[in-house]
Amino acid sequence: MYEIVMKRELVPHINLFELSAKEIAAKAKPGQFIILRVDEHGERIPLTIAGVSVEKGTITVVCHEVGKTTRKLGKLEEKDRLLDLLGPLGKPAEIRKFGTVLCVGGGVMVPPLHFQAKAFHEAGNRVIGVIGARTENQLLFQKEMREVCDELHVATDDGTKGQKGLDFLEGLLKERKINRAIATGPIVTLRMVSELTRPYDIPTIVNLIPIMVDGMGMCGACRVTVGGRTMFACVDGPDFDGHQVDFGELMTRLKMYAPQEKLAFVFHEKGELNA
Amino acid sequence: MSKPKPKIRKEAVPTLKQDPRERIRNFNEVSFGYSEAQAVAEAERCIQCPKPQCIQGCPVGVNIPAFIKEIKERNFDEAIRIVKEKNSLPAICGRVCPQETQCQKFCVLGKVGEPMAIGRLERFVSDYELQRGVTVPLRPKSPTGAKVAVVGSGPAGLTAAADLAKLGHDVVMFEALHAPGGVLMYGIPEFRLPKRIVQAEVDYIKKLGVDAKTDQMIGRLYTIDELLERGFDAVFIGTGAGLPRFMGIPGENLCGIYSANEFLIRVNLMKAYMFPEYDTPIRVGKKVAVIGGGNSAMDSARSALRLGADQVRIIYRRSREEMPTRLEEVENAEEEGIEFQFLTNPRKFIGNERGWVKAIECIRMQLGEPDESGRRRPIPIKGSEAVVDADMVIMAIGNMPNPVIQQTTESLETTKWGTIVIDEETGKTTKEGVYAGGDIVSGVATVISAMGAGRKAARAINEYLMKKKKRLTQHNKI
Repeated sequence: MYEIVMKRELVPHINLFELSAKEIAAKAKPGQFIILRVDEHGERIPLTIAGVSVEKGTITVVCHEVGKTTRKLGKLEEKDRLLDLLGPLGKPAEIRKFGTVLCVGGGVMVPPLHFQAKAFHEAGNRVIGVIGARTENQLLFQKEMREVCDELHVATDDGTKGQKGLDFLEGLLKERKINRAIATGPIVTLRMVSELTRPYDIPTIVNLIPIMVDGMGMCGACRVTVGGRTMFACVDGPDFDGHQVDFGELMTRLKMYAPQEKLAFVFHEKGELNA
Repeated sequence: MSKPKPKIRKEAVPTLKQDPRERIRNFNEVSFGYSEAQAVAEAERCIQCPKPQCIQGCPVGVNIPAFIKEIKERNFDEAIRIVKEKNSLPAICGRVCPQETQCQKFCVLGKVGEPMAIGRLERFVSDYELQRGVTVPLRPKSPTGAKVAVVGSGPAGLTAAADLAKLGHDVVMFEALHAPGGVLMYGIPEFRLPKRIVQAEVDYIKKLGVDAKTDQMIGRLYTIDELLERGFDAVFIGTGAGLPRFMGIPGENLCGIYSANEFLIRVNLMKAYMFPEYDTPIRVGKKVAVIGGGNSAMDSARSALRLGADQVRIIYRRSREEMPTRLEEVENAEEEGIEFQFLTNPRKFIGNERGWVKAIECIRMQLGEPDESGRRRPIPIKGSEAVVDADMVIMAIGNMPNPVIQQTTESLETTKWGTIVIDEETGKTTKEGVYAGGDIVSGVATVISAMGAGRKAARAINEYLMKKKKRLTQHNKI
């Protein structure tokens, strides 16, 4: 059993958890993910690792309550235990000195981006951070990102904080010499960043978390078309060349269970209300 | 005057099964197995050949006539003891072994009628024991002090772990999923192999002293080299063939197209058939097409039917004779109303405007010369394309080895198919102290052949450890 040693609500329905997992902490690298199960009836859900502490023997994940299992996770408190925790999974991100690295992240994927940005910073890169959210009070990890970025830009979909949308990246890419771009977050963000960097030939790595079941190469639910070939995000990725990914297909596949997810969630919430 | 020879009944004693109309609405086991009286009646058919042929067909060499003789004499405890001398997982093998191509193929009764129902008898004695509580053999008084890591907890790993523990070694078994059992847990459905049976067999192995760890993926959490550095004297790799194959044809990533692995993991391991009580969803279509002709194809088709599909059709590129499936399961599938479309192969998948599969363009095949598998090679017939409606497709065309261990282990030789190279006799890999067996070596095969490989490797690992220990003691004396 894996104990929650620390829980912090970042914004409503988005929680940060520090999980006791000594062996995983010793091994986990930026870009990798874990799979957890809350209870016997729960789904196996993948979450990208947002940080580790080898000394404390903990790993950090951030989870947005979007469905039944994530809602059950969100209800857990410090000292509660998870039934299963498997990791680290996937290949680690390629971290070395590239020169200037642009790190773009959105929503709940900003904390995992921070784990990467920090590593790029420590590897001697100049790190330009761009973080986004739907609206100002949904922005995560501004302070943390500022600490590891040489410059940080903030964007919101509705313009309540920083830039409105990601169009400003166009100018940034024109002005700066960027050697590598990293993108985490919603598919629309990943696609947009990839399209913007393409004319400048900037190698662009996107971190993908499609639907997964086992997370170790067995099910193929996470298959994604990259450069015309089918890859498994869990064992071939989760990092891929953003200029090669078929984002349209990925987006359709992510919605595959939308009706069932909604049904389970509604039943669950109703049950909670009646309880 | 000599006694007239008793007449041998030509037919095996049949087992009772759930009515097909009933069973397609539940996931309970299809076959009820033999009663004591039925088992004894079947055992009485065995003529106890002086030179039994059946044993050569068993990959682990169970003394078949001896255990059948004990059943005949109602010494069921002795019968199971004899089986377990060679087979640590008899309740599983009795249910899933393709007996007709193994032990039963060699049974002399098969020349005049039906061969002995060896599988059903094996299941009977195993269930008899499970119901009464399993006796665990005593651990050797002096443990060897050697530590072995068994990677993977499927049939190969379970067998190797059990054998090594019985020999007095300290065994840790690593499973990456949340439940031990490998394909027995995630792959084979409840109606063919109840999970409580797998659980009971795993419990037996734990009682032998094996430390069964779950949620630990070797290759990621620890590499094989790290296991050796962390004090394991030897490693057995039995990670199976878990990576699903796809055909690489257009439209294969449309929504509603599953690998058999994904479909079966959702249903068996995650209990999606009880959604939304269990959180993992599955979406079953009205017209389901299953591509492939093996056991996974059969298991997927029958599961889809139980989940409420109106029509389930197996599409296979060769003919009925070439199907690499356990015969009883084909019969069960037919009884349940699964349709078979032989000599047909998909060319592309056609989607609707929302990105979901709606049809398959197929081509007819004809059989040519035998290929390397000894089966006649299917060749497409030009111009025979036709469209088949399907709103769900399950790809059950086989699996490849998982590449993670090979990618993360130095000096472990692999073939171009990604399987691990071993010495056939011992299971020894090209890396000192590391052994392998099962599907990770052979590619997709059977539960029992993986068990045979696990047994062979356990024996070789034991010899290796004993030699190593002797060397060390001699060294210390000097």
